[in-house]
Parts: sequence; structure tokens; C-alpha cells
Amino acid sequence: MTLTTASPAQPAQPAAVARAVDQGTVQLLTADGWFEVCPASALEPGRGVAALLPCGGQAAVFRDSGDRLHAIGNVDPFTGAGVLAHGLLGGPAGRPYVASPLLKQRFDLADGRCLDDDTVSVPAYPVRVV
Amino acid sequence: MAATTPTTAPGSLPSRPTIVLVGHGMVGQRFLEALADRGVTRRARVVVLCEEPRPAYDRVHLTSYFSQGASPEDLSLTDHAFLAEHGVELRVGDPAVAVDRDRRTVTARSGLTVGYDTLVLATGSSPFVPPVPGRDAEGCFVYRTIEDVLAIEAYARGAASGTVVGGGLLGLEAAGALKGLGLSTHVVEFAPRLMPVQVDEGGGEALRRIVEGLAVSVHTGVGTQEVVAGADGRVSGVILSDGSPLPTDMVVFSAGVRPRDQLARDCGLPVGERGGVVVDAACRTADPAVFAIGECALAADGRVYGLVAPGYEMAETAARTIAGDAAAFTGADLSTQLKLLGVDVASFGDAHGAAEGALDVVYSDARGGVYRKLVVAADGTLLGGVLVGDCTSYGVLRPLTGSVPPIAAAHLVLPAGAGGPVALGPSALPDEAVICSCHHVTKGVIRGAVADHGCTGVAEVKRCTKAGTGCGSCVKVLGQLVDAELEANGVAVDKGLCGCFAQTRAELYETVLALRLTSYRELLRRHGREDARDGEGCEICKPAVASILASLAPAVGAGPHILDGEQAALQDTNDHFLANMQRNGSYSVVPRIPGGEITPEKLIVIGEVARDFGLYTKITGGQRIDLLGARVEQLPLIWGRLVDAGFESGHAYGKSLRTVKSCVGSTWCRYGVQDSVRMAIALELRYRGLRSPHKLKSAVSGCARECAEAQSKDFGVIATASGWNLYVGGNGGATPRHADLLAQDLSDAELVRLIDRFLMFYIRTADRLERTSVWLERLPGGLEHVRDVVVHDSLGICEELEALMAGHVAGYRDEWADTVADPDRLRRFVSFVNSPETPDPTVRFVAERGQIKPEPVLLALAETVTA
Ligand code: SRM
Ligand SMILES: Cc1cc2nc3c(=O)[nH]c(=O)nc-3n(C[C@H](O)[C@H](O)[C@H](O)COP(=O)(O)OP(=O)(O)OC[C@H]3O[C@@H](n4cnc5c(N)ncnc54)[C@H](O)[C@@H]3O)c2cc1C
Ligand code: SF4
Ligand code: FES
Repeated sequence: MTLTTASPAQPAQPAAVARAVDQGTVQLLTADGWFEVCPASALEPGRGVAALLPCGGQAAVFRDSGDRLHAIGNVDPFTGAGVLAHGLLGGPAGRPYVASPLLKQRFDLADGRCLDDDTVSVPAYPVRVV
Repeated sequence: MAATTPTTAPGSLPSRPTIVLVGHGMVGQRFLEALADRGVTRRARVVVLCEEPRPAYDRVHLTSYFSQGASPEDLSLTDHAFLAEHGVELRVGDPAVAVDRDRRTVTARSGLTVGYDTLVLATGSSPFVPPVPGRDAEGCFVYRTIEDVLAIEAYARGAASGTVVGGGLLGLEAAGALKGLGLSTHVVEFAPRLMPVQVDEGGGEALRRIVEGLAVSVHTGVGTQEVVAGADGRVSGVILSDGSPLPTDMVVFSAGVRPRDQLARDCGLPVGERGGVVVDAACRTADPAVFAIGECALAADGRVYGLVAPGYEMAETAARTIAGDAAAFTGADLSTQLKLLGVDVASFGDAHGAAEGALDVVYSDARGGVYRKLVVAADGTLLGGVLVGDCTSYGVLRPLTGSVPPIAAAHLVLPAGAGGPVALGPSALPDEAVICSCHHVTKGVIRGAVADHGCTGVAEVKRCTKAGTGCGSCVKVLGQLVDAELEANGVAVDKGLCGCFAQTRAELYETVLALRLTSYRELLRRHGREDARDGEGCEICKPAVASILASLAPAVGAGPHILDGEQAALQDTNDHFLANMQRNGSYSVVPRIPGGEITPEKLIVIGEVARDFGLYTKITGGQRIDLLGARVEQLPLIWGRLVDAGFESGHAYGKSLRTVKSCVGSTWCRYGVQDSVRMAIALELRYRGLRSPHKLKSAVSGCARECAEAQSKDFGVIATASGWNLYVGGNGGATPRHADLLAQDLSDAELVRLIDRFLMFYIRTADRLERTSVWLERLPGGLEHVRDVVVHDSLGICEELEALMAGHVAGYRDEWADTVADPDRLRRFVSFVNSPETPDPTVRFVAERGQIKPEPVLLALAETVTA
């Protein structure tokens, strides 16, 4: 089975990595430009939150244990459920992945690629703190 | 009905020879297996005449019928698959009655006559009943077959006391059975001590003290003169040889056995003076077409063996001879290790120091019920020994027999800590040392199984060599040997938890406890694999460490709530949201309903909550109610309502205690003997919230009918007339396992204390996601080891285990109530961080049977929404 995803046609580009400052505001870059998500203090190290995008889509925004931020699509392509923000992070320093809470497939937070199935990926979004 | 199967016509060669086996007991079955192993069953027709109404079963463990609730099926040694696969024709309940050696036929009771090319007698023995007056009274029994056991059980229902005549091995087995039936029990032994054949005077004394401590009355040095019956013909007592009367309701004779050699006598085969069919070293009788094996045979060394291991060797010998290989049985070691009435007794080699110049080295602690004697030659060679009360060293000492141990004998008998070395490892043994005496497997063969046959664990070595599949006493040593051999072969068994930690879960537990660590980061940085130390960690070790930190929180001073501080980031998604994520991203809510007992008011609240939030409701398999289909932002609102009505979290999401199921028990049920609901509630409330390597389930049944299915639980409790029986290691799921009986007739307090220890020992030593069933099977020594640790405190850690549990119980708080009360924790319960009011549009439901269910997802469509 091949899963088609609506991830960007251009090769997924690494998400921008930003220093989380507990005072700043987190922004995502979407087709419509930078989009404000939440105060950086709303992010717990090692976990994610889901954000509703202007287009009606969803992003999962994570803060890793080194306080870097990452954002990918929130909908798990294997189940269609908006759950990736609730997954656990893992991986080597600086290149974390999230494991889907449902069937445990892992997605690279830098580019949204599924590490367990080459044919699947989710969008990746540049992210910054301002 | 009479039928004759023609033998081969005179003069022609047998095209397909017929082998007839008379007797399908332990040795007979082993003989069939040996024939099958050598491919003989493919070339020959095999007919078995079996006197008993069922195929071969494990006579050695007959008493487990009483002590562990084993069913006759559990004791079976064979199955239809084996018989069918090898084309064995088994005639159950049809004993042989005559052998015609001239015509080479055997006639069975049914009238069937079978021609044989080879005849094998494996008829075993019959119990010897001394010719005392009254021995035929109603209420007199022997103890040899499952039928005997069933008859004893039935009669014991109307009896209060029982007397066993004979204080040997089998007598003590029978005494154990009577005790298990709740009778006040006496043992009468003519010799001056118990088990006179196996143990010496000192050992007998230690044994007597332990046995008497178990409330069994021991009468040694007296015989049984007469069995007295009442006017109704039923036993009312026995009169001892010193004239004293002993009132009793039933008698079990266990005064030795006699080989069943009548068939052989009747057809003119030579038998020994004291019985037993005379055989040579190949187990052949005077007639080359007839073999005799097992307890009915008088072996080439002039002995009749009453133990199963020599019988197995004879079975192998006969099978090999029949297959055309040379084989000889010239005598066997009479080593035995037994657990009689829960007391360890072992004897091996020259236990009585019969050899010339033999010297005894003895350690005796009559008060503590421990006795250890080694018999050594003048040059230090170990000749044999007797161990009573503690047989841990048996596995190593027996194989050392015949060699000079690397440690002085005096040190080998001293208890650990009294100047004796803690343990002499199996590495000290020579390759010829027999590790498994049931199947005669040497250390060399076991090493070969690992080194040459690629076995990588005890289970495989057992399958490959049969070692450890008899009485099981060698399994602990087997495990140590296999590990040592794997290591020696450089098989780096990476037992590490995951890519981040090279340690097992149990090792990490010890590290956290010893160093009082409270942080995953710190553990990873200090104890992780080199290349993982600065990494993110992973989804395997994070929840595993979170669970360890939660189990040990009171002991190491970690935060009490699993969503506090760093711990929050480690939890599996379900723990993180204190609910179970379902396939469409919605969550389920399972409130705790201890023991399955619930008031109408509480039922109504659950109904109202479900109605108000539009949740799907279902009775779970765990005697409680699941509310499914909640969105993450609804969870705190639902919990708030439930908490107000007196509910708390049921931990359906955690690797922790799930439910303690109950049956209605003595309060309502006409059969109940204890209040199972009360106990189930008490246990559920005690262990709720306890984080463990995998989920924990329990149940309490009010009587042996077992309506709560306790024997399929990690720890299950079944009521008895005088207390509770505790079973452990049961499992449902994909690989069901019946639980093992850990201890019997416990008081409330004893039960709780034992469960405390058991659970904490499991939490301490199990691997991640290892249910108690798998853990128990993997642990070297299995159930026995666990019993040693948690019942006999062999590691001296019980106090610590109890203290850890006490810490858990004192520190328990409801996770839902704590979350609802804390705005900081509540922040994460929103679908979208930037739009807390918006529900997740991917969570959609449709109607079915009057309730909701997740809308089936079209994946491609769902994705477009994301874009
Ligand atoms: C809800 C329930 C089914 C039901 O509608 O009845 C259920 C549901 C799940 N079971 Fe179960 N099991 C439920 C009773 C059982 C039972 C019956 C029992 O407890 O008496 C068993 C067999 C007994 C046993 O565990 O030994 C059972 C054996 C399993 C297993 C296999 C475990 C094993 O050792 O083989 C799994 C898989 C696992 O844990 O790895 C599992 C896993 C699950 C999971 C957690 C699967 C998952 O990851 O999504 C299900 C989610 C629960 C949830 O609420 O979202 N469930 N599950 C039952 C909840 C009982 C409760 O009140 O807590
Ligand atoms: C309670 C108990 C505990 C024991 N504990 C131990 C222990 O801990 N360790 C140990 O080593 N040993 C122990 N033993 C002894 C062990 O069970 C025997 O050594 C072993 O069963 C002998 O096997 P066998 O096949 O020779 O005889 P059995 O197992 O007795 O089998 C003989 C079978 O032949 C059948 N038979 C007899 N005559 C005929 C006939 N004419 N036609 C057809 N069938 C016939 C019998 O019905 C029986 O089923 C124990 C025995 C008992 C009763
Ligand atoms: S287990 Fe016994 S007490 Fe409980 S309901 Fe069943 S029959 Fe009654
Ligand atoms: S010694 Fe009995 S199974 Fe190995």
C-alpha cells in the first residue's frame, strides 16, 4: 500500500531551528507567511502541542530536550488522526524524531520523512521564536 | 469380542515388525519417545496395552493434584498428537493378562490377542500393603495412581483425620496430600527415623522437626498392628505396635512397593528372589524377544530401582538395543531431590557413608531445621551427601560427586555468611559432571548445545538436550551454565533496554534505587550508551524509566505526580493524558470500580456523564465501564464530574494495576467460603496506581469454583476454608498461562504481605513489558526461586520490598483529582494550543446501535485537510 500525502511538492526542507526563549512567541512559516502559534513558555521540553493553521490544517510543534523547536504536520498519515503532537520524542542530539502514539511510526522532525516507510512523509514547517 | 492379529508367517522375514509395550506409565511413555527419536516407529507397528483408564501421566508429581490444584490433564505426559504422529496404537483400560512366548502373542483383558516380534514389559510396581488385620476396611487406601488420588479426595470429604502408614518418600508425599485436604495428619514409621532409605539419623531428626512444625504428627519406631473399623465397616483408628490406639478416619498405606512381575512369572521368565523381572545390561530378559524396563525390572546390577531417572535410562537402553545400537544400563545413581510437604530434602551418591574409610562432614541446626552432611573419602573425594531443609547447593554438589571439590568440604556445608563461600558456581564442574540426572545430561553436552548447536537460551537448550524437563531441579544450574557458555562463546547477548541504554530494565531499577536518581536526563547522561548520552532518548526508555521513577518515587524522593516536571515529558501518550488514545485520536475514560462493586447512584452518575458528553459506553472485560470517544479538552470536565461523585482514575492507561475482579463470594453465593469482594476491594485499593514493568491484573474468587478466573491473573487469590491461596504468573491474552500456586491457606495479613513482596520483587527484576507470566518463566529457578525469595526470604530483601510497598501505599494520590485541581497541569488538555475552544476536526463520529463510533477514515482525504 502506498500512502499519498499532501506534503509540499518540493523536497521537504529542514525545519528552522530556533532557541526557545521563555518570553518569546513561537511562529510557523506557512504558505501564507509567518503565523503566530503560542507563547514559547507553553512548550514543555520533550513534548509537543498541536496548532490549528489558517488553512484549516494542523501542525505539531515540539520543543526538544536541547530547547530547539521543530514543527511538522499533526495528522498521522497511517491513521488519519491528528495525534503526532502527542507522541514521544527520540533520536540523536539535534536530529529528533517523534513516534506516533497510535502505531508508533517515527517521523523526522527536520523534514517530516517517515523513518519506517520511505513512501510516506508529513509536511515540515520552519519555526522561530520572536 | 476376540480378535487375533496374525504374527508373521513362520519362515518369512517380518516386513513390518510389531513391538508390543505392556504398561503405559512414566517409563513406558519415555520408551515410546525414545523409539520415535530413533525412527523405529516409522519402521515398526507399535501397540501399547495400558491398564489405567488414561494414558501415561506424571506420577512423580501426583501430589501436585492436592498442593497445586493440578488437574489429571495437567499431569499428562503425552497427547493425541504424539501418538498419531508416530502411529502408536494405544489401548487404554485394556491390560495384558497373558503372554504366550512360544507363539509370541500377548492377550489383553478385552480378549484381543496381538502378535509381537518384540515385547516390552513396563508394568511398574504396586504398593505393598502390610498384612495387618483390618487392612480391607472401608477408608483404607494406597497412593499410586490418579484413581487412588480421586478416591482419597472423595473419602476425605467425610473425614477429619488421616494416618499414613510408612514414613518414607512416598509416605511423606501421601502425608502432604492428606494435609492438603485439610485433615489432621499422622505418619507412622517403623524405622527410628523418617525417610530411612534416603537420610541418616541427623537428617531424619531435622526432617522430623520440620514436618512436626507443619502440624503433622510423627510416630517413629512403631509399627501398625491393626486397623480398627467401626460398626459401619469404616476405619475408626489404628493400633500401634506398642499397643497405643490412634483414632483416625482413614488410612493410606505407603509401606513400599513390589515390582509387578506376575505376567513374567506366568510365562516362565526368571524373576528375582524379592521380585523383579531379571534383565541383562541391555534390559533384555532371559527371552531375547522380551525386555523389561522401569520399576518392574531387576537390573543387571541386581537392584530394582524405584525412581524415575533410572527407569528413563532403561527405556533409552531398550529402545537403542531394539533400534540396533549398542547400549547398556549397569546401574544408576540414586540421587533424589524432593520437596516433601514443602521441605527440601536431597540425598546423592553414597549418602550413608557405606564405603570403606568414608568420613562425614556435618552441619546440623536442628532448631532452624537445616541439616547438611557430605561423605568424603580420605583423599577428599566427594562420595555423597544428605541435605535437609535447604538444598540450594544440590545442583552443584551432585555433579561434583566422584571428584575432589575445589573448596574444602567443611566450607561446603556451612551456611552462607558463617565462613562458607556463598556459592560454588557451576563453572567449577568438570565436563563429565551430570547436570540433569533425570535425563542424564552432562555439562559437556549442555556446553555443546550452546557452542555447536547454536542454542541461545535455556528454553532452546531444554528442547535440544531434554535437560531440565524432568523434575526441574537442575534448571537453575542449567541457566547459569548456559549464560556462562554464551559469554565464553562471545555471543554478546545485548540485553540492553534500547539504543540508549546497555543495561536491562532491572539494572536501571537498581541504579536508580542505589544512587537515588530522580531524573531521566541524569540517568541518560551518566549511564546511557556513549553515543546516546547527549541525545533525545527514545520512546522505549523514556516510559520505562518514567515507570521506574514512579515505582520508586517515595523511596528516591521523586515527584509524586507522574505529570510533574521532567516526568511529564517521559510518559507514554496514554499516561501523559491519563486516558487511552483510540484509533481516531479521541480518548477513553475508565473510572476505577474496585472489585467490580458499584452502587446504583454511581452507576447513574456514569450514565449521566456519558449522556452529557455523548460518549460510547461499554462494560469491559475487567468488570468495569469504559467511556469512549472523549476529546482531549473534554477529559478534565469528565473527570471533574466523576471525581465529585467519588470516582477516581482506573489507570486503564498505565502499566500499573488494572482491576482486581471478584465473584460475589460468601456474602451471597451458597458455595462461598470467604468474602471475596471485600478482599478484592482491599487489594485493588492497596495496589492502585502502582507503576510496574507491564500491566498487573488480579482477581479474587470466593471458592474453588473460581468464578473470578483468578488463575488467569498476575496475582490471583482463591478462598479456602481456612484462608486464601495465592496464585501468581497467570495470563490471558495471546499466550494464556495458568497461574502457579505460591502459597496456601494464608490469613488476610499473610496474603497481603506476600503480594507486597511478590509485586515489588517483580517490579524490581522484570524486563520492560514483561508480564509476570513471562518473567516467571524466564527467571532462573522460576517459581521455586520466587518462592525462596518472597516466602523464605533467601535474599534477605523482604523487609526492603515491604517498605517500598508501604511507601507506595502511603504516597498514593488520585491522578485525576490532582490534575483537575491544578491549572498548570490542565493547560495541556486542549486540542489546539492556539485555539483552545476549537475541537479537533479530525475526530468525527457516526451513529451505530444508538451510540457513537469513530467515523471510518479515508486516509487520502484526511491528508488533504492537513495541507
Ligand atoms: C477495554 C478492554 C476491552 C473491552 O472492551 O472489554 C481492553 C482494551 C485494550 N486492551 Fe485489553 N482490554 C480489556 C481487557 C483485557 C483482558 C481481560 C481481563 O483483563 O480480564 C485481557 C486478557 C487478560 C490478560 O491481560 O492477561 C486483555 C489483554 C490484552 C493484551 C494482551 C496482554 C498479554 O499479556 O498478552 C493487550 C496488549 C498488550 O498489553 O500488550 C491488551 C491491550 C489493550 C489496549 C490497551 C490496546 C491498546 O493499546 O489500545 C486496549 C485499549 C483500552 C482502552 O481503554 O483504550 N489487552 N485485555 C478491556 C479493559 C479492561 C479494564 O477494565 O481495564
Ligand atoms: C506419589 C509418588 C511420588 C513419587 N515421587 C518420585 C520422585 O520424587 N522421584 C522419583 O524418581 N520417583 C518418584 N516416584 C516413583 C516414580 O513414579 C516411579 O519410579 C515411576 O513412575 C516408574 O515408572 P514405571 O513406568 O516403571 O511405572 P509406572 O509409572 O507405575 O507405570 C506402570 C504402568 O503399567 C501399568 N500396568 C501394570 N500391569 C499392566 C498390565 N498387565 N497391562 C497393562 N498395563 C499394566 C500400570 O497400570 C501403570 O500404569 C513417585 C511415585 C509416587 C507414587
Ligand atoms: S467462585 Fe465460588 S463463591 Fe465465587 S461465585 Fe463462584 S461458586 Fe460462588
Ligand atoms: S535433574 Fe530432573 S530435570 Fe534435570
